[in-house]
Amino acid sequence: MRPMPGCRIFVSGDEAVAEAVRLARPHVISAYPITPQTVVVEKISEFVEDGSLQAEYLHVESEHSAMSAALGAAAVGARTFTATSSQGLLYMAELLPYVSGARFPVVMMNANRTLATPWALLSDHRDSLSQIDSGWIQVYCEDAQEALDMIIQAYRIAEDPRVMAPIMVNLDGFLLTHTYEMVDLPGQEEVDGFLPPYRTENKMALDDPKTVCYAAMDEYMEFHMKQELDMRKAPAVIAEIDREFGERFGRTYHGMVEQYRCEDADVVLVTLGTVTGTARVVVDDMRKEGHRVGLAKLRFVRPFPRQEMMEIAGRVKAMGVVDKDLSIGYEGIVFTNVNSSVCDLASPPPRINFIGGLGGRNISKQHIRSMFNQLIEMAGGESRDRIQFVNVGCEHNG
Amino acid sequence: MDEKRATNARELTNTEYLYGHRACAGCGGSLALRLAMKVLGPRTFVAIPANCMSAVSFLYPQISFTTNAMISPFPATGAVLSGIEAGARALGLKDYNVVGFAGDGGTADIGIQALSGAIDRGDRIIYVCYDNEAYMNTGIQKSGLTPFGSRTTTSPAGRNIPGAAGRKKDMLEIVAAHGIEYAATASIGYPEDFLVKIGKAAQCGTTSYIQVLSPCATGWGFPVEQTVRMGKDAVDCGLWILAEYENDEFVLNRKPREFSSVEEYLRKQARFRHLKEKEIDFIVANRDRKWAKILKNWRN
Amino acid sequence: MDRPKVVEYTKPHCVEDYPCGAFKAGHLVQDNAGWRVFRPIINQGKCIGCLRCFLVCPDGAIDKSGESLEIDYGFCKGCGVCAYECKVGAITMVREGDETDAGL
Repeated sequence: MRPMPGCRIFVSGDEAVAEAVRLARPHVISAYPITPQTVVVEKISEFVEDGSLQAEYLHVESEHSAMSAALGAAAVGARTFTATSSQGLLYMAELLPYVSGARFPVVMMNANRTLATPWALLSDHRDSLSQIDSGWIQVYCEDAQEALDMIIQAYRIAEDPRVMAPIMVNLDGFLLTHTYEMVDLPGQEEVDGFLPPYRTENKMALDDPKTVCYAAMDEYMEFHMKQELDMRKAPAVIAEIDREFGERFGRTYHGMVEQYRCEDADVVLVTLGTVTGTARVVVDDMRKEGHRVGLAKLRFVRPFPRQEMMEIAGRVKAMGVVDKDLSIGYEGIVFTNVNSSVCDLASPPPRINFIGGLGGRNISKQHIRSMFNQLIEMAGGESRDRIQFVNVGCEHNG
Repeated sequence: MDEKRATNARELTNTEYLYGHRACAGCGGSLALRLAMKVLGPRTFVAIPANCMSAVSFLYPQISFTTNAMISPFPATGAVLSGIEAGARALGLKDYNVVGFAGDGGTADIGIQALSGAIDRGDRIIYVCYDNEAYMNTGIQKSGLTPFGSRTTTSPAGRNIPGAAGRKKDMLEIVAAHGIEYAATASIGYPEDFLVKIGKAAQCGTTSYIQVLSPCATGWGFPVEQTVRMGKDAVDCGLWILAEYENDEFVLNRKPREFSSVEEYLRKQARFRHLKEKEIDFIVANRDRKWAKILKNWRN
Repeated sequence: MDRPKVVEYTKPHCVEDYPCGAFKAGHLVQDNAGWRVFRPIINQGKCIGCLRCFLVCPDGAIDKSGESLEIDYGFCKGCGVCAYECKVGAITMVREGDETDAGL
């Protein structure tokens, strides 16, 4: 039985994404299963079967083909959706700059899962962060409500003529994809009012033949620059759409970085994805104890919110960045990105990279409290290791 | 859609849909594409993966296709075609063709997975493999459709090894094993036969596959003006077979009463000139074995 | 003659003016005439109008829309397939610049 529109439902992160896709009315879905995204494509197939979603559902034979089919459909002006994770994301990696360079507004859900080898199924951010240079907008969701809402917002952002860039909506594998919570499910009419049909000149058309995905040797630099210059318009569009969503649906996500209790914070921790939810609780607890701690929830990693990050860093005495990833041979990727903005301040605050959660290793409230303690001590003038590994199961010299 | 499609030069439209490309003079592949486009017409979406044809037709700002066309990622032709067709169907478009022109590597090697998926999905697309028997665009390297004994830049012919040691994958059998509705082999050496087959593919309601032998003077090493002649000789000596797969059976289209000389065909090409007599005998024996099987099992 | 023509291409003045994805189909900014070493000449007297040359030209440079077959020398590459395939020898390949000596 289909739930009534505009009601609350008890769903997993994956199911919330599927509901949002149904409401977004894509023309073409290309589906290839990979844990922990499978529930998304399964649920969508049920919607297609029962008629609540009118879409062409393609069973493709690999993730590379999933994005290739989405490319083909987008090339004729269809609204598309696909989903993947981990190895699948890397298998379609060559398609990511292909789609973004062609300026097709494909929306893809990615279930964040670590990369082999060793093989592991649980969540970290290695997969999506390895693709931040691909020209895709990347947003990270904290809970199922945000996942549902961001899929809907994603189509508005991607298809905006000022942007015309594909978007990856990230959910932590298992931690968010498979945990259940109550979400507000908007009605179809409400969503239709917010998300109009996809119209574009950027397509092949029978009445106006075009070429897309062509080669450009001499003028490649100009094409690629154009892609960048247009991407610089995305932050304003993201903010606009977030505001409009808030007005229509009563929920806003505060732009590219949500600052939680940062206004008067001495130290701030930067987080990505579900660990934000844990960190919020710790912030509240420590605030009750009198510590001036704050949390910067990094929602969009591309485009990177450089101004916001500099602005936060400029006010605090120490900053920590949680990375559930590690660029072997250097540091966490989020840390690298944050540093590149923060180091341009006249006196940047000292920073620590907390690397944890790899392969799904837990980051508990206690671990986060300990991170804040490190930052507080550093703010007090003590020196601390630049890179710290969190919750390692044995002794190490790192 | 049962329109009468051109089957000879007189019936073919004068309009060119692929013009001004930068392929080698005398390119067999470009002839195959040109003829196919004349049959399919302007209401066609074209996808071409990395290969000679895409490299020479889509170099901004010189665009040689007058129809809708795009370059597909190399492995992905079958999937991109499915996506185009699904998108067109969902948008309610009517009266159009969706065609891909992949090379032999883009079909039998890197592209085989997506081709298999496309046939499995049964979307109404036409998959054309223009077969010049090596990765020509990247400089004549061996592919899965390179015949035994070919000299290529990754299977050089020397004292120890006489060129490519493998055999040509039988793509017609492979697509037939998927239960495809319509498949055919063709050659630019028999252009009218190719036109008919493109027309039949255009009528097919699900996935169709045509593999058209497209001699490459640059890669095979023969005088450029003989491109079409080579395509005919390959068929006449029995090394390339004109056939179809439809209604769940193989049909032989052309049975030469007597084969022309395999050795003459091979020796005209630099890529085979190193072959010794025993290697040529081996090639002839394989031809005979294949034909014995065909004459026994296929409708002919 | 009904064959696509070369058009003038003006490079976009600034980066923002480059296409956002889709570009025109059928847009030629350069011809291929410079490729030729030999050019085909049709002896219209010998031509029987079988259209074989029109059929097999890899570049589509032979136009059949008029009273007689016409070659678009803007895009003929001089490959010689037409001359080779002509059943009545009505096409001769002549070195570029030597057409007057063709003796037709």
